[in-house]
Amino acid sequence: MITITYFGNLKDQLQCSEETIAWESGDTESLLTMLRERGALWAQALAPENIFRVVVNEEITFSVTEIVSGDRVALLPPVTGG
Amino acid sequence: MHVHIVIQEELFDLKKESDALIKASGDAGALVLFQGMVREFDQAVQLEKMMLEHFPGVTEKEITRIILKAKQKWDIAGCRVIHRVGAFYADDPIVLLMVTAKHRLHAFLAAEYIMDYLKTEAPFWKKEFLQDGENYWVAAKKSDQEILARWQEPDSE
Repeated sequence: MITITYFGNLKDQLQCSEETIAWESGDTESLLTMLRERGALWAQALAPENIFRVVVNEEITFSVTEIVSGDRVALLPPVTGG
Repeated sequence: MHVHIVIQEELFDLKKESDALIKASGDAGALVLFQGMVREFDQAVQLEKMMLEHFPGVTEKEITRIILKAKQKWDIAGCRVIHRVGAFYADDPIVLLMVTAKHRLHAFLAAEYIMDYLKTEAPFWKKEFLQDGENYWVAAKKSDQEILARWQEPDSE
């Protein structure tokens, strides 16, 4: 099992702020592929050209990163702070 | 180097925060302070309010990383970032960034660098509510990304 948290406009677009899903093994790329296969809404929100970041256990990933069962994942849309 | 990062809903006190930073910075000769406020007229319709949310834990970690990157480039003595989250109205202060250094140029440059990266890498998201009832998440600005180019050095580090 892994927990996925969605932030900013992703949360509104996907109508989901947090979920727990079954997870054997894989990485950040395979997780995104799996989520995009949920349908047009997900494919569009998580399209590769939308620049967003994947966080694994509170560390922002800058390259493909392994995810293991028990991890906490977060999907961050482009930031607009300051 | 003294580093202090706080994410809070409450208003901050410029004098109190700058006094604390100066005290913690040792022999610094310069303090650069930047405060960001809510703009009322960024679009045709006037802003009613703005909501700002962040990713607790990760935000503080990212800002620390940015400050440490600045420290590698300039000789800074201390840095304090107070970033507010929650609901805001026109002219409300949102962010306070302060940098101390022995010399002013280092403080100026480090403050600009930290602010540029904070805007593009720290996990904050703004949602604007206009007076006509419309609301939307603020999109990341391409111009903010382009500003980062000024910190890229032509030679490899």
